[in-house]
Amino acid sequence: MAENSKSAEATVLNTKILKKLKGAFQAFDTKSDNTVDIKEIGTIFYSLGFFPTQADLQKFTSEVEDERSGYIHWDRFLPAMTKVLLEDKFPPIADELLLQAFEVLDIEKRGYLKPEELTNYMTKEGEPFTQEEMDEMLTAFTDEEKKHIYYKDVIPHLTLERKM
Amino acid sequence: NFTLRLLVEIHSAILIQRWYRQYVARREMRRRYTWHIFQSIEYSGEQAQIKLYNFLGYLMDNFTPSSNERNLISHIFRENEVCRDAEWERYFCYKNIEVPEIYSGPHLTFPLTVEEAVGLVEAFRNKKQQLHSRYVLQLLLETWKLLRMLPNINRISTCHSKEITICGDLHGQLEDLLLIFYKNGMPSLEKPYVFNGDFVDRGRDSIEILLILFAFLLVYPSNVYLNRGNHEDHIVNLRYGFTKEVLNKYKMHGKRILKLLQKIFSWLPLATVIDQKVLVLHGGISDSTDLGVLARADRHIVRNQHVMTKVVIFPLSLQYCFQNRSLQDFSDRIRVNMENQLELSRREEPTLNAQINKPENFKTLSSLPHQILDLLWSDPMTQDGCIPNEVRGGGCYWGPDVTEDFLNRHNLQLIIRSHECKQEGYEFCHNRKVLTLFSASNYYDVGSNRGAYVNSMTRELTVRQSVGRTERSALRVLREQLFAHKSDLLCAFRKFDSENTGLVSLNDWASAVESVMHLDLPWRMLRSQLVTCKNSEGTIDYYEWFNELHIDQSLLETLYRHRSTLETIFRIVDTDNSGFISMQDFRQTWKLLSVYLKMEITDEAISDLAITIDSNHDGSIDIDEFMEAFRLTDKKSRLERGRSMFMGTTSDLTKLEGDPNI
Repeated sequence: MAENSKSAEATVLNTKILKKLKGAFQAFDTKSDNTVDIKEIGTIFYSLGFFPTQADLQKFTSEVEDERSGYIHWDRFLPAMTKVLLEDKFPPIADELLLQAFEVLDIEKRGYLKPEELTNYMTKEGEPFTQEEMDEMLTAFTDEEKKHIYYKDVIPHLTLERKM
Repeated sequence: NFTLRLLVEIHSAILIQRWYRQYVARREMRRRYTWHIFQSIEYSGEQAQIKLYNFLGYLMDNFTPSSNERNLISHIFRENEVCRDAEWERYFCYKNIEVPEIYSGPHLTFPLTVEEAVGLVEAFRNKKQQLHSRYVLQLLLETWKLLRMLPNINRISTCHSKEITICGDLHGQLEDLLLIFYKNGMPSLEKPYVFNGDFVDRGRDSIEILLILFAFLLVYPSNVYLNRGNHEDHIVNLRYGFTKEVLNKYKMHGKRILKLLQKIFSWLPLATVIDQKVLVLHGGISDSTDLGVLARADRHIVRNQHVMTKVVIFPLSLQYCFQNRSLQDFSDRIRVNMENQLELSRREEPTLNAQINKPENFKTLSSLPHQILDLLWSDPMTQDGCIPNEVRGGGCYWGPDVTEDFLNRHNLQLIIRSHECKQEGYEFCHNRKVLTLFSASNYYDVGSNRGAYVNSMTRELTVRQSVGRTERSALRVLREQLFAHKSDLLCAFRKFDSENTGLVSLNDWASAVESVMHLDLPWRMLRSQLVTCKNSEGTIDYYEWFNELHIDQSLLETLYRHRSTLETIFRIVDTDNSGFISMQDFRQTWKLLSVYLKMEITDEAISDLAITIDSNHDGSIDIDEFMEAFRLTDKKSRLERGRSMFMGTTSDLTKLEGDPNI
């Protein structure tokens, strides 16, 4: 009985989510041949509301890649993604946690981080940013006048785009 | 404790990193999604043919009290002006004018094509023909419609290896214009031109020059710029020959033509700024010239309705413009304010009184606000300062210190102007910060002076951008060429299609095309750029292909070509002239656009579009974001589809074609 309800639920999910998956996939299917570049998988995941780690992404792509071609075909993408959905593999992170995370890094509780400090954390710890990512983040979020990153102001941007 | 602290730190960092990556991904996703919208617009047949300024006309037409969009549109157009213009359009109607069979001159169809514009030049040059009044009126009407959409100050930006050609006074001397075209090439996407006023009067072929300039303006609205000169004025024309010329050449409809020209002249833009560095205008400046103020003025306002014998004090008409443009008629308010100001003006500018015996007589100029007069009538002088121009009776004489101050204030580097005949055709002054350019040769007498035009190259673009542009225009030219050879190509295709299926293989297509075009191009490589109606079996329906070729005005290309129109749309939507439009306004505009184009754009898609365009997330869209969205999307789609194809020259491509891996 439980099995049935799960698959029924899965079907319902599929019709609505299928459209979303298809849309996300097609946005990157530049050659119109039902394949996307594996480098775009991360973007596709994030845009659907998942939060995989870099390691997660590596694992996923290695499982679905078309024989090292650098591309993933829709036919392999769909079942793998369905699995991810059903197993809720990369759950979203609550917005409140984001604020707490910044507050942890803001040791003196000033309400902001200096660019050097943020750079230090982002490029040396966790899953480090590339120089490009770091530059981009600083450009986007550093307050022009005071040259600080006021994270409370930044957070709405990071969380704003969630609804698609 | 320390270790725990460290762990928490790492965990927090990871969280932030993941959030940021997700944010970036979402943005990218939106951009892609937007691109798809444009792509789908681009390929749907109907929409491809629509010119954007018709959309603006649609906005006007649909402004009725019962319309839902009234609030938006009512900002844009004052009701009385719309009605008045509608009436004028009926008066200028050319439709009942018949073109007789014996007429051997050029025939025009609208929207105008390049071939027709060029044909006009040929007709005037070789066969000395005259354009039939029906076509004249039609052409002028289209021009009028377009000019109304243009800003007071055109702003052009150029890219690496793209020159802009600037021509000075032509004064009805067709030979000089033809010579410039011969030496420099006709206006095109690769060859933008700025014509700096005084197209008419004194010479014999003023109307022909106007028709040519307007034709090219219609065909290349983003590559041809006209600045108003002091002779683009119906009252000056009465004295200096243009009116007479038109009435002579067009005995039956001359008056109508002149009336329409009067309107057109008043709608000509006042100046052009190139790359935010070079200001091109006809006369010059004064110490009170302010480009910001000028940009916001109503340049076409003429005095006729009001009791005015003197100059309108400019800040006043500005107030008028700044008012929320609702449906009321503001004329009462103006008149009242006018009377107060009349006294002031009489005291301020006594020397601008009618100087009847002077050649270019101020009495004729009283219809224009003095700031505009300055632009059109002023001359540079060697001393510092700024004094009224008594020789001309309008505008001023301005000195090098005024130039210096003006350029600094506006962050410009050079002023290019005309208005004065120079022996070599050009002359620098004010420390090489002012250039006078005069294109009518032998102006006073045979051998009196040369004519000159100026090419200016400006800043470099990155390689990628310029490649995108080159590719785009090369493809356009190619498509035009292919379409022009339609009948030959059809013959060639039929040879490969003995069973008359209407289909040819890709290889056969390439062979056929080469056999007709003889361009020695790598057609197989270019195929994906030139043919989109490919079947899954790899054959091409060549009839379908010709249909597709003909519709070369994809919305995206149209948008790109009509950059100035985009800017105009922005200006229109930006009702308080703040330089920002709200997301709400943007969305409303797009909704209108989608209704007009009969497109299915969901509200969600429009919202996404709006959010994408607002790249700095401040909740409003400024002109740069607005233009950038179209430019980026355009560049993206072009580069995406062209990929690395046009990175090299054609000869490189030919080398590639032999490569079996491709």
